[in-house]
Amino acid sequence: MIKVTEIKKSFGGDEVLKGISTTFEKGKTNLVIGRSGSGKTVMLKCMVGLFKPNFGEILFKDKAISKMDSEAHRVLREETGMLFQGGALFDSMNIEENVMFPLRMFSNKEKPEMLLRVNEVLERVDLKNINNKFPSEISGGMKKRVSIARAIVNNPKYLFCDEPNSGLDPKTATLIDQLIQEITRENNITTVVVTHDMNSVMEIGEKIVFLKDGKLVWQGSNLEIFKTDNKDVTDFVYSSDLFKKIRNIQLNEH
Amino acid sequence: MKELVLKEIDDLIIKSLGIVAFISFFVGGVISIQTALNLENPLIPKSLIGFATRQSIILEFAPTFMSIIMAGKVGSFITSSIGSMRVTEQIDALEVMGINSLNYLVFPKLIAMFFYPFIIAIAMFLGIFGGFLAGVYGGFTTATDFTIGLQDSFYPFHLAYAFIKTFLFAIILATVPSWQGYYMRGGALEVGKASTNSFVWTSIIIILTNYIVTQLLLS
Repeated sequence: MIKVTEIKKSFGGDEVLKGISTTFEKGKTNLVIGRSGSGKTVMLKCMVGLFKPNFGEILFKDKAISKMDSEAHRVLREETGMLFQGGALFDSMNIEENVMFPLRMFSNKEKPEMLLRVNEVLERVDLKNINNKFPSEISGGMKKRVSIARAIVNNPKYLFCDEPNSGLDPKTATLIDQLIQEITRENNITTVVVTHDMNSVMEIGEKIVFLKDGKLVWQGSNLEIFKTDNKDVTDFVYSSDLFKKIRNIQLNEH
Repeated sequence: MKELVLKEIDDLIIKSLGIVAFISFFVGGVISIQTALNLENPLIPKSLIGFATRQSIILEFAPTFMSIIMAGKVGSFITSSIGSMRVTEQIDALEVMGINSLNYLVFPKLIAMFFYPFIIAIAMFLGIFGGFLAGVYGGFTTATDFTIGLQDSFYPFHLAYAFIKTFLFAIILATVPSWQGYYMRGGALEVGKASTNSFVWTSIIIILTNYIVTQLLLS
């Protein structure tokens, strides 16, 4: 479980996060949603340690990051996997080396043992026979899958995903969403996904945190989000024509 | 780390040998011809061609001007490769994994550049060899005169001076472009700008360092 208490983050004079408190539960796919510029990615980067909050605490299993010693930090890093928006695969390494990278950094396993694990996770994300290809030789959807494989190869306890299905076709996006949810349940890990994709919200949003202008304005599940009266949330949810039509049909039925 | 250093040696040193050999050989030849064409007084011995070629190549061309050329080749490569990693969040990925990205990316390049003096030694040899071939086979001097000039007034300290500054230039070539790439912000356009800045600043720092080292060691 990850607990966020009153975190604030500013860049220059611009306050991007204005005191956000919430909890991300273990074994669930937790979604952080909101419009562009609402602070979702900054919040995620604070949680993975790329940004340091100006105020507030982020607690992993009730231990605040700011109070962790270097060994605890190292262990937390080992337990963390992250899927970046563009995949962030290392261009100079082939797929096998990319996925093996966290194992080489954190484990003392021999190469054949690491290779077994690499093939296991690549198979888990439905990728075969691409070990020797380079990131530039595979599609965007495959890159996301490889990035997921790299994120889970070390059996993380926390999985962070920054807009995992951006730039993907709807079918591939759904597959990626389902894959993230399956991995979360199989391994009973805490997953936090930043997205503004309503399909993801419907598919995997077991807990949803809605941000607006750096503030948390609503939280609930994907079942509750369509029933809320919160205007900011309804404006966001029903901003697409498709969802507007579905809502009108539902209202007419009632 | 060993694999990273070997890869950087391949990228930065081995892959630069071709261009270094090509430029050195022909610039050495041009220096030899230019010197010969400017020797109008019959009292000046033809051995001066070999002497001038040796001095020009060892003291300035190989260490300093080859380093300026390498600022364009190696420096731009370092800046653009690190800058691209910044833009595509690969550096963030390293940080999330708990890896000191600055150390991981820059240290192997710095170690690899310690082999840079070997490149300059090759540039010195090929520059003088090019001068010899152009001078002798171009009919400007004889092999004997050129060799006498090469051996004339040779101070071993000049070689030490050349390699001391080569070593300093190697550190500049590894660090300035790395800094430009690592701390850049923005997208693909900024990677291009950072590469240009990298070349400009590396060149400026090499020229200033050259002046200071020359003042300190030779004056």
